[in-house]
Amino acid sequence: MEISRRGFLKISGLTFLGLMAKPGWEVVSQIKPIEPSPAPNYFSGKKWAMAIDLRKCWEAQEGCKECLDVCHRIHNVPSIGYLKEEIKWIWTIPYEKAFPEHIHDFNQEEYKGKSVVVLCNQCDDPPCIRYCPTRATWKREDGIVMMDFHRCIGCRYCMAGCPYGSRSFNWRDPRPFIKKVNLEFPTRTKGVVEKCNFCEERLVQGLLPACVEACKEKALIFGDLNDPHSEIRRTLNGRHVLQRQPELGTKPKVFYIV
Amino acid sequence: MYDAKKIIPGLIIFLGLIAFPILHNTVSGKATYSPKTELPKDKKECIEPKDFIRVNHKELLEDWKASVVRIGMRVYQATNKKRYTMSLNRTCMDCHKDRTKFCDQCHNFMGVTNKCWDCHLYPKELEKR
Repeated sequence: MEISRRGFLKISGLTFLGLMAKPGWEVVSQIKPIEPSPAPNYFSGKKWAMAIDLRKCWEAQEGCKECLDVCHRIHNVPSIGYLKEEIKWIWTIPYEKAFPEHIHDFNQEEYKGKSVVVLCNQCDDPPCIRYCPTRATWKREDGIVMMDFHRCIGCRYCMAGCPYGSRSFNWRDPRPFIKKVNLEFPTRTKGVVEKCNFCEERLVQGLLPACVEACKEKALIFGDLNDPHSEIRRTLNGRHVLQRQPELGTKPKVFYIV
Repeated sequence: MYDAKKIIPGLIIFLGLIAFPILHNTVSGKATYSPKTELPKDKKECIEPKDFIRVNHKELLEDWKASVVRIGMRVYQATNKKRYTMSLNRTCMDCHKDRTKFCDQCHNFMGVTNKCWDCHLYPKELEKR
């Protein structure tokens, strides 16, 4: 086939136009390409932790329960009023129970009976997850020890495994014991274990955990341990801090400043 | 036929008894009953087409659960590219405010039980409390 220079240019021009048609149409017709979903590696590279400044906490007014109340309110934690069936997410225990190894004859007067805010330590090496036969509880990449209530069969092995008593079992339907239900968070049902979740549903929205936000004394500090400039790292830096029963090797991520 | 006077009325009575449930349901309208789901008045479209939801709502909710709880991904992109929060309470029940008028209609009819409502709440339930 004979082809002139003019003919060749015509054909190549048309071909070029044809190739431009689809991308051009996409620009004009405003069809949005499928957006990539929020990164599945959202958890990685973080290590959430909390520090509790006990001095500041003790300076607060007698009977300050802001952090406990707000947590229980937003997470639909029932108050059953019967010690054996108590549901605990965040609660207080006396100093000598929290740090039995740090109380001796000479600091008793100062510390004994002082209340210490305790919650799930979100251990770096959590014993509870090893016992779970259904993988209903596991450690997320960002260090939060999560619960899948759908999957929990209520065997309570995790409760036996937790040295801090941070897990509670629902012996009965908790709904009648919740004063005002928060629609944003599900209640639990009879026969599942529950515990503090470090407010993971708030973290994903970029908020601080409710207890941290509620504390007027700013005694609770929360942040990412992997970020050297985070508030928590600055707080912990060069300070002598306590952890609850570190000798067990669970590597708790709730630190206490005395 | 021997004893036709007894056997034929007996057969008629027997057939009558056998057919009674069917006749009863036909007369009372139960046989032609179909679930009446109340659709939200102010909303026009579901997150996915009706046919898809009818067949796949179980898998969809199951996937949402796995995604939110396990991976932490809370945004669902529908086939029409719209984005929704993966939440039974906040997305599904935001339109279908009363489960008794929507979910339960079919579930009861088909004899299906589910455990969603042991934990999850719906707005109408809160009003009752």
